Amino acid sequence: MLRAALPLLGLPLVGAGEAEEPTSESESESGSPGEPPPGLALFRWQWHEVEAPYLVALWILVASLAKIVFHLSRKVTSLVPESCLLILLGLVLGGIVLAVAKKAEYQLEPGTFFLFLLPPIVLDSGYFMPSRLFFDNLGAILTYAVVGTLWNAFTTGAALWGLQQAGFVGPRVQAGLLDFLLFGSLISAVDPVAVLAVFEEVHVNETLFIIVFGESLLNDAVTVVLYKVCNSFVEMGSAKVQATDYLKGVASLFVVSLGGAAVGLVFAFLLALTTRFTKRVRIIEPLLVFLLAYAAYLTAEMASLSAILAVTMCGLGCKKYVEANISHKSRTAVKYTMKTLASCAETVIFMLLGISAVDSSKWAWDSGLVLGTLFFILFFRALGVVLQTWVLNQFRLVPLDKIDQVVMSYGGLRGAVAFALVILLDRTKVPAKDYFVATTIVVVFFTVIVQGLTIKPLVKWLKVKRSEHHKPTLNQELHEHTFDHILAAVEDVVGHHGYHYWRDRWEQFDKKYLSQLLMRRSAYRIRDQIWDVYYRLNIRDAISFVDQGGHVLSSTGLTLPSMPSRNSVAETSVTNLLRESGSGACLDLQVIDTVRSGRDREDAVMHHLLCGGLYKPRRRYKAGCSRHFISEEAQERQDKEVFQQNMKRRLESFKSTKHNICFTKSKPRPRKAGRKKACAFPGTPAWGWRLTAPSQSPLPGRLPPFNSCPCPAAVILTVESEEEEESDSSETEKEDDEGIIFVARATSEVLQEGKVSGSLEVCPSPRIIPPSPTCAEKELPWKSGQGELAVYVSSETTKIVPVDMQTGWNQSISSLESLASPPCTQAPTLTRLSPRPLAAEESQAPLNLPSDPRSSFAFPPSLAKAGRSRSESSADLPRQQELQPLMGQEDHTHLSPGTANSHWCIQFNRSSRL
Amino acid sequence: GPPSPAHRPRVCSRVRSRNSALSLLDPWPYLPSFPPSRRGRYWRCCSRGAPGSVMGSRASTLLRDEELEEIKKETGCEFGQITRLYSRFTSLDKGENGTLSREDFQRIPELAINPLGDRIINAFFPEGEDQVNFRGFMRTLAHFRPIEDNEKSKDVNGPEPLNSRSNKLHFAFRLYDLDKDDKISRDELLQVLRMMVGVNISDEQLGSIADRTIQEADQDGDSAISFTEFVKVLEKVDVEQKMSIRFLH
Repeated sequence: MLRAALPLLGLPLVGAGEAEEPTSESESESGSPGEPPPGLALFRWQWHEVEAPYLVALWILVASLAKIVFHLSRKVTSLVPESCLLILLGLVLGGIVLAVAKKAEYQLEPGTFFLFLLPPIVLDSGYFMPSRLFFDNLGAILTYAVVGTLWNAFTTGAALWGLQQAGFVGPRVQAGLLDFLLFGSLISAVDPVAVLAVFEEVHVNETLFIIVFGESLLNDAVTVVLYKVCNSFVEMGSAKVQATDYLKGVASLFVVSLGGAAVGLVFAFLLALTTRFTKRVRIIEPLLVFLLAYAAYLTAEMASLSAILAVTMCGLGCKKYVEANISHKSRTAVKYTMKTLASCAETVIFMLLGISAVDSSKWAWDSGLVLGTLFFILFFRALGVVLQTWVLNQFRLVPLDKIDQVVMSYGGLRGAVAFALVILLDRTKVPAKDYFVATTIVVVFFTVIVQGLTIKPLVKWLKVKRSEHHKPTLNQELHEHTFDHILAAVEDVVGHHGYHYWRDRWEQFDKKYLSQLLMRRSAYRIRDQIWDVYYRLNIRDAISFVDQGGHVLSSTGLTLPSMPSRNSVAETSVTNLLRESGSGACLDLQVIDTVRSGRDREDAVMHHLLCGGLYKPRRRYKAGCSRHFISEEAQERQDKEVFQQNMKRRLESFKSTKHNICFTKSKPRPRKAGRKKACAFPGTPAWGWRLTAPSQSPLPGRLPPFNSCPCPAAVILTVESEEEEESDSSETEKEDDEGIIFVARATSEVLQEGKVSGSLEVCPSPRIIPPSPTCAEKELPWKSGQGELAVYVSSETTKIVPVDMQTGWNQSISSLESLASPPCTQAPTLTRLSPRPLAAEESQAPLNLPSDPRSSFAFPPSLAKAGRSRSESSADLPRQQELQPLMGQEDHTHLSPGTANSHWCIQFNRSSRL
Repeated sequence: GPPSPAHRPRVCSRVRSRNSALSLLDPWPYLPSFPPSRRGRYWRCCSRGAPGSVMGSRASTLLRDEELEEIKKETGCEFGQITRLYSRFTSLDKGENGTLSREDFQRIPELAINPLGDRIINAFFPEGEDQVNFRGFMRTLAHFRPIEDNEKSKDVNGPEPLNSRSNKLHFAFRLYDLDKDDKISRDELLQVLRMMVGVNISDEQLGSIADRTIQEADQDGDSAISFTEFVKVLEKVDVEQKMSIRFLH
């Protein structure tokens, strides 16, 4: 009956039943070599050949099905953590197996655990660790991981020994001080698997989570060392242990932890380097990530270093570069596979833990020991946390308050690592092993089940600050940037350099060497968490929009939860609606690469305008969420750019306030057109073209700086086509889509003149930063073509500095030069830009086409026109018109067929302007 | 609109029972580069009422005890911290007249590459003045002092401390609000965007970003962001943390 009812659980019975009734299927005995095959077999039963993998697969299947069943009821999973349910299921299954097979089977083997089950979980947590948060709290994490674990191990061990001396532990437990210390070392470490399983459901605030979780990851090194040292001391016998052995023990702490981290970093380096060259074999990218990370784990394990630390560091270290190098689909694949493996391993671990506990042959009970251990681990954990937090709070910006400490103490869950370690003990050397096993099982079960069950109500009751998942808004993004800039400035004013200084130094190094070496030249596209959230939000909005698409079509109020309605709805509502509901049919919640609607594209565009265009603050303070690291090259350019802007602004305000210079619109400045191909484009004058030099005062009320220059610098317009660049771009890598680059720069004569007279300073124009394209952009329809041309416009800013500002100017210049590289070296070189991202296209190509729906969908035409006419000073108009045809054509190539009426808009606007 | 908190006259409710002998300030140990010949001179922070009056007067000034005490009350900084900042102040003060000018700030090299550098410098200066004394300097910096636990409960009915959440937010708000009408208009937002955004974004795009930002925050439909709306959009942001520097503790 049982066999029939439980076909899955009965697998051992299948094997057993096989032996009992082999003749029922007469052809089945293929395994026996002695018997010649009786002719052609119609049916073969070869259980033994597939037994091992079959069982593994079935166990995973059982675990997965159990997971599904648990999640059928939301009520259960909201109250009980999954890990508890799995352990209980394991207990039940173990009981059934024990009852049926009369012996305990399928237990958690330490070998399996350490070699196969643990690595996916650790890799997952290391790879997806919010690195900014992690490093911001590194001090606290390291303190808790090292000092805390040592404290827990020694105090628990010593206290248990004292308990035994006092006679509370039964005399059958034959253990000395060293045995108890060994036990203390394995029972003291907070377990990453258990912590992750419980805390992921509790949603405490990020800082609290990263501290507890980071501690559980990093304390592995300490645990391994303590365990090994104590184990070898026990095996040597306490009499033979010499003073040098203690010293070796201390030294091995450093060797194991630093060695493990070093192994991880070496493999992270290799991994990043390898993925740099996978452009043509995208398909193996995910595999490489897993292989090299696993290799790191195995290498560290082989060298008996801290394998957990190795794989954590590998994940942490490689992520930035790997994510930049691999394709979007590979990124998704890596993410999903990693999550799947980790979840699978976690499930199996908890289930096997439950099953293993059933085997009563392995353990022996001693109430004194069990209760004493439970009390001591809780007590000393709390005491240690309080003491360490007190010290740490002297140094923290945000002190950890009492409630945090309670959660941290209570969140010190023990798990499968402790169990696997205690199973590994040698019974001949450690006579009390069985008692230790029982105690460990009880401790693990108690922490996972009791504490896991109660921590959620506790967190609620204590009103611990929870992590909030709110929708990021444009406002937040902008204002937080402002905050960062403000803090950076205030710190500069105060003249204080601390942690952020070293962060800066590291990022400098990273920019100069690591990123250069490890990142694909084209891979300055950066993804960050904010973008991910934003992206997901947009998808959801799109879906919810399409869900109610039917009625929305008729109404004019196009509002989405996260997006306000736009002013321009009236004008563009038809196109908007068409674009927005156009892709509705393709939206499938199950597909990984979600099809984006036009609106999402716009959001992507908008986001990238901000993301790529916003100046990155040099220092950031608190990681609410880890943003991407700053691409350093961009940083340097940006510094110069900002410097120039600021100087210009100061100069203007200086001029206007002190000298009362009356600005007049000056005539177009003399322009020597054409090195190379400059003469190539005046042939198509039908379209106006506006050369928007960014330095030319786009703001209302700000006047073009060189209008007032008495000695205008000549500007040479250099146009380089793709072929020419190919010939002389020996120093830069050829990328997918390159384009024409316009660089306008001052002639050397002017430069020299300026230097001679001392009244003219020429500042190099910053190179234009190509904003990072993302996956979204890569998939956009008009991005798929390879033949587009990129147009980059830059212009030299030439400034005249009045004599009485000379000193201040020079000081600023020289102080800047000491900071950044010499300003003049970079500008004249025509640098190839990385593949033209969408934002660049958005910013350059449709510059003069305000009605292009992609760029100005939310933009009332009247405002657009006003803005244009404001910035479009008459000084530059002739040249702009001369240049316009190129841009017009350029834009034509990008117009997707669906936006036919944008042509109309373009023409309308043009005619209204001319 | 209401006067910004930095200018509001304030009455301090907290009375520190600290030995005034301890507060005798000797800035010299903190000023290594100070020429010994000057040590005899008294340095005074010019009084708040007439910051312009010391312009060019080169008046010898002294950071007096009572001034120190007042600064401490007003800003909540420790004496050691004030001393340190005073030495920083004097080292920035190239004119050696006890006040800082815009040029003094602009000499800080890192500020020149901060996109909002000039706005932030401006925030140090009271309305219509181009000199700031040590007291004003401290008052501005006090916005960035972390909020301590004991401050959260205390002083409920006293004046709002400078480093309160709303004051921190107001500081940021004032960076946007150039014309001081307690609203961030589209043009003001555009100006800040233009400073913070690289050159490769067109005006039209910036305009649509600004529009959308305003629409997102705007509740009363006036196409501008008022301070209330500003606070509202940032209510989920941990401003206390993101606008604090530990150094100013």
